[in-house]
Parts: sequence; structure tokens; C-alpha cells
Amino acid sequence: MNDIAIEFKNVEKSFIREDGQKQVILDKVNFTIPAGKTTVIAGGSGQGKSVTLKLVLGLMEADGGQIFVGGRESTRSRGRELEELRTRFGVLFQGSALFDSLTVFENVALPLRERTKKTEKEIRDQVLSTLEQLELLGHEEKFPAQLSGGMKKRAGLARALQLKPEIMLFDEPTTGLDPVMTQEIYHLFARTQKQIGYTSIIVSHDIPKVFNLADQVIVLYDGGMDIFTSPEAIQWSQKPHIKEFVKTTMGEIYQSHLVEQ
Amino acid sequence: MLQNSIARLGNTGLYVVNDLGRMGLYLLQAVRGCFRRPFRFAEFLRQLHFIGVGSLVVIFFTAASTGMVLGLQGYYSLHKFGAEGMLGSAVSLTLIMELGPVLTALMVAGRAGSAMCAELGIMRISEQIDALDCMAVDPFRYLISPKFLAALISVPLLTALFDVVGIAGGYLAGVKLMGVNPGSYYEGMRTSVTNHDIWIGVVKSFVFGLLVVWICTGRGYFVHQIRGAGFGAQSVSRVTTQAVVLSSISVLIFDYLLTAVLL
Repeated sequence: MNDIAIEFKNVEKSFIREDGQKQVILDKVNFTIPAGKTTVIAGGSGQGKSVTLKLVLGLMEADGGQIFVGGRESTRSRGRELEELRTRFGVLFQGSALFDSLTVFENVALPLRERTKKTEKEIRDQVLSTLEQLELLGHEEKFPAQLSGGMKKRAGLARALQLKPEIMLFDEPTTGLDPVMTQEIYHLFARTQKQIGYTSIIVSHDIPKVFNLADQVIVLYDGGMDIFTSPEAIQWSQKPHIKEFVKTTMGEIYQSHLVEQ
Repeated sequence: MLQNSIARLGNTGLYVVNDLGRMGLYLLQAVRGCFRRPFRFAEFLRQLHFIGVGSLVVIFFTAASTGMVLGLQGYYSLHKFGAEGMLGSAVSLTLIMELGPVLTALMVAGRAGSAMCAELGIMRISEQIDALDCMAVDPFRYLISPKFLAALISVPLLTALFDVVGIAGGYLAGVKLMGVNPGSYYEGMRTSVTNHDIWIGVVKSFVFGLLVVWICTGRGYFVHQIRGAGFGAQSVSRVTTQAVVLSSISVLIFDYLLTAVLL
């Protein structure tokens, strides 16, 4: 098995704003995401976290550079090749992205019905088993509008796990959830990752809580990025922009000279 | 100042070319999606019911009203020349070649086109279409192509219904109310309407159906890329209005072009 799940090589992405000005989001960014581990992508708003996810998925094209998924270049993939590549991913969207007009059961069964040749009975068994694991049994006939925020996330996760993905992408998975539900969702991530062994990439604002899950943290800023191999390393970084980021997201770190003053 | 104006003009030009290219590719992908397997027959039937059966009442009343007004107006004009006998010919040709296809397409754009645009727009902004992409499910095969096929089948059929109800409405107003000879109404229609005229109506209704479903679903699908549309719910409402206006104008422009070419 390849030790590197995803690799960014000199990836560039910029947008032209409505006023005609160019806004650089990623400026020749290089990083690797280790297989089977959890990488958290952090950074302020508009720094390119969600863009990075969309580039990985091929929902957006990079202006330059190369992206490799499992050693295969995804940047130039088109059509069926891109479809095949996407079957390796599971995605939990910020708003869960459940289909409004389908029930929870139909939502979770959709990837199995569309992408596999399983019989309706096999699909039913698999879906109900996943729903049981995620404590959604009894809610399978409800529509997304009838679910709470936490239940929507769990239903979205159930759908994303159906095809046993190699790589799971979580886009702001705890936005809008209360602290108890947030903790519950993180436990679910850890549990399902242990069961399936997927590589996990979490884009999150929920700092520092999300660091509990992280094996590696990538902080995006002003088109560039920094990689930290542990959450602790971020807190001790002497780079001014990282210190500022830590201060904004986690508050002042205790330093003796502040007390002396 | 002048430089800015020229830059803005160039920027707008690039946007329009880009948008046309995007819509052109969208049409090709939607057509290709019709041939990809597995075909979603149940979804196709649902759309056929929504566009076709759901539009029956509005088409019926529009056609009856249009036919009756044509009957009265036609009688008023023809009576001046003592040519009331030509009423059947005037009503049927106007309906079959022009008003039937045009008004049916406008009604479908207003009723079903706006709903399809809003549905896809909401699916886009709530990342449901992205979710399909991520599951490697072709959104064209899954969502768009059933709508295309349903519109291409139901708009010509609705047009045929419009023609029949309109001609009956003309008969009611001209013959029953104004006293035109029923035999001359029928004979005028029978002698003046040729297969070629009916064929023109069928071609028009097919093209208008395609225009309406293409523009309405396309605007919804690209709601996030339309300049000046804004974001969220506001973008969906603006783009839905834009889709209905744009498809209605396109129907009227293509009506003239097709009439000029096919007559």
C-alpha cells in the first residue's frame, strides 16, 4: 500500500474577483497527506481550505501544478477516469448535502444503487446495518428536513461510508453543532476510521478541539502553508503568522514575561 | 475612466462568450446523459407527469381563451370583408403554426421551467450536485437528462392539445356565438391547413421545448457561476426569474427565425 494518499506539487489556484482583481488562494503549494492517518487543514476564512478539498476531488481545476491521489495524477483526469478516481473518496459536506426529496434510507442507499450491482436485499441489509452503527435506526423513513443537525451529519457520514472509501474528506463537519454533539461526531470519526482504515482529511474551524484527532496539521495562510506533524508543534511555532493564528483561535498562551510585566 | 469602461466591456464580452460555451457544453452533456445507462425510467415518468400532466389545466385554459378571442377577433375583421367563411382557416392556421407552439412553450417555461431551475439551483447551493459528483454519479444522467427527455416529449403533445382546444374555442366563439356557418368553419380549416403547416408547428414545439428545458435547467445548474446573481437563496430567485425571461425571449426570437426558414 502506498504510504502517501495525496500529494500536492506546486499547486496554484487563484480567482478573478468581480472587480477584475486577481486573488491568489494557493501559491505553488506543496504537501503530502499520509495514508491511513488524519490530517487537519486549518486557516482563516478565505485562505483556501474548501478550495483545497475541491481540488482534491476534481470539482475545481488547479491553475498550475500537479495533484496525485494514490500515486496517480488526478489533475489531468477527465470523464470516466475522474469518476473512477472519485469512487475512492467519501465526502461529508458542511451542510451534509443530503437529497431533500429522498428519505434517509434512500439517501444512504443511493451510492449502492448507482455504483454497485448489489440486490435490493443486500442494499437494505447494508444500509440498515450502517444506520444501526450510527444510531439512526428508526429514522430511516424520515426526510432530511425532519432531522436535527447532528442526525443530518450522521446520515451524511453513513452515505459517504457506503462504498468503503480509501479517503474521507470532512468539510467543516461540526459547524452548527453544540459541544456535546461535536464531541460525539469526533468519536464517530475515530471509530469509523478504525473500522475501515480510511485516510481522513478534516477541514475545520473547530480549533483546538479537532486537533485531538490530528496526526498532522496543515495551516493555510496568504496563498502559502505550513505543515506541523503534531498539534503541539503549532503552539510552539515562532512564526509570527502562526503565533497570530494560535492567539486568535486558542487564546493567549501563558508566558512568564506577561506576568512579570 | 475610458480605460475602465473598455476593460469592463471586454470583461463582459469574455463572460458572455464563456457563458455561451458553458451552456453549449451543458447541452452536449445533457444529450449524452440520455444515452448513458442505467436510464432512470421512474424519474423520467415523474418528470413527464410534472411537465406534461401538471401543465394540462393551464394549457387548456390558455388555449380555450386564445381560441375564443381569435374566433371573436377573426369574425370582427373578416366580417368587414364579408369573409366570415374564412374564420376556420384563420383560427386553425394561426394556432397550429404560431400561437400553439409559442404560448405552450411560454406556459411551460413559466410553470415547469421555473420550478426545474429553482430545484436545480437549490441542489447546487446546498452541495447536492457536488455530492453526486463526489459519489461518481453523473448528475446529467441522474438529474438533467430525464428532464430533457420529458420536456421534448411533453411540449409537442401539449402543443397538439393547445391546437385542438384552441380550434374548439374558436368554433365556440365564431360558430355558436357569432353565427358563422359550421360547415364553412370546418371546410376552411380542412382546405387551408396542409401537412406542411402541421409539420412546422411540430418542429417549432420541439425546438421551443428544447430551448425552455435547456435554458431553465442550465441556469439552475450553473447558479453559482452566474455573474451578478448574488449568493444563496437570493441567487436562486434571481436566476429563476432570469431563466424564465431568457427562455421566453429565446422562444420568441426562434419563432421568427424558424418561421422565416420553414415557411
